[in-house]
Order: sequence, then structure tokens, then C-alpha cells
Amino acid sequence: MSAKEAVVKDRRNPMKIARGLGSSQSGVGHWWAQRVTAAALVLLGIWFVVTVLCLLHADYATARATVAKPWNALLLIAFVLTMFWHAVLGLQVVIEDYVHVRWKEVVLMVAIKFIAVLGALAGVLAVLRVALTP
Amino acid sequence: MADTQRPTSPHLQIYKRQVQMMTSITHRATGIALAVGSLLVVCGLLQLAAGEDSFNHFKGIVGSPIGMILLLGWSWSLFYHLCNGIRHLIQDAGFGYEIPQFVRSSWLSVVGSIVLTALVWTYVLTAGGAA
Repeated sequence: MSAKEAVVKDRRNPMKIARGLGSSQSGVGHWWAQRVTAAALVLLGIWFVVTVLCLLHADYATARATVAKPWNALLLIAFVLTMFWHAVLGLQVVIEDYVHVRWKEVVLMVAIKFIAVLGALAGVLAVLRVALTP
Repeated sequence: MADTQRPTSPHLQIYKRQVQMMTSITHRATGIALAVGSLLVVCGLLQLAAGEDSFNHFKGIVGSPIGMILLLGWSWSLFYHLCNGIRHLIQDAGFGYEIPQFVRSSWLSVVGSIVLTALVWTYVLTAGGAA
């Protein structure tokens, strides 16, 4: 059915049919957030790997003291938050592309967000406990 | 979201295997692996906060043979996603779209990730075992 026929049938202005179904002007928000978190993770990721490698043979007290250092605690919290944010953005695209059953898509989409928020909060809480407990 | 019965893109079965296609698929696959790995990072932080016994238990699991194999996979995934991610950021800025450049940068991501993984594990193993 062409758009013209649809209009004749509905007796409605084509704009009425199109409005609210197309772009909501927020389409590039996801794209930008994915790139900005990616750029942040280039730096934070390299920092994290180097920090872990430096702690390779460290005992518990050294590892704890390293995480408790203000700059390390700050960067670690930034790393955890950005990591989960970026993970949700990426997994969302994969789910949208490959899960074609609507209820499964919605369930997965909500599940990854629940897990990511819990993971991020748990990570931040753990760093704060280490950093703030003497 | 496809509600129709039409075939959906990408039609993997009709494509000739190309390196740029494999780097794209691998980028997604390593991304999924790293999303799971993010839970390990949080696990480690929680064990560190929980106390010395918990942390040593965690280190024992991570340093076990199976843990080391998983870590090898995760480290390569991280370095691949890092290298190819930087490649994508450069492409998003509008560079490197000529086909020869595209193929070359694909291989750069693959080789770069293997080199970085090898460097890190050489360090880990010569420093006398992990964790």
C-alpha cells in the first residue's frame, strides 16, 4: 500500500501518521556516548593493565595500599563506571542487531542494564571501602 | 527490530571471507567477552575490600591453570578491542576509508593485538608466574 492510498483510507494528513514514529532527535546520543567512553577507555584501560601488572607479585597489604591511593582510587572508579557504560552501549547494539523476538530483546536489554548498574555500584563501593577504611 | 520474515542483513553466507569482515565480527565477539570480564574486575575489587583471605582465595582461582587460560583470552580480547577500537575511532574521524588502507589497518589491529598480548605474557611469565 502506498502512502497516498493509506492517506485516502485513513483520511489523515501523512504528517499525522509519520509523527512520533521517526527520529526523536536523540539518535546520535548513543553513537557519541559510545565513542567518548571508548576514548576514555583507551587511556583508562592502558592505565588499568599497567597497574595490575605492577601488582603482579604484590602481597595483600601492597595491593590494598595501591588501590587506596587517591589518584588510583579515582581512576579505578572512573574505569569501572566507564567500562560498564561502554559495555551496555555495545551489548545494546549487538542485541538490537541479532535478537529478533521482541520480548527476548526487551528482557535482555533490561537484564544487561540491571547487571551493569549492580556491577558498577559494587565496584565503586569496593574501591571506596578500600580507600576510606584505614 | 525485524518483525517480518524477510532475510536480515548481514547475509554472512553469501560474503567472501575478507579480513575487514573478520575484524568487525571479532570486535563484537571480543566486546561481549570483555563485558563478561568486567564482572571479574568487580569480583577482584570486592575480594580486595573483603579482606586478605578472600583476596588470596581470588588470586588462587585467577592464578590456577584454567584461570590463566581465561586471562590469556581476556587479555588478547582487551588488546584486540583496544587496537581495533582505536582504528574505528580514526575511521569515525573520517580517515582510512580507501580499501587498501582499510585492509592494512585491519591487519594492523590483528598483529598489534597479538604483539601486545605476547609482550604482556612474556613479562608475566619471566616475572615468575601470574598473580
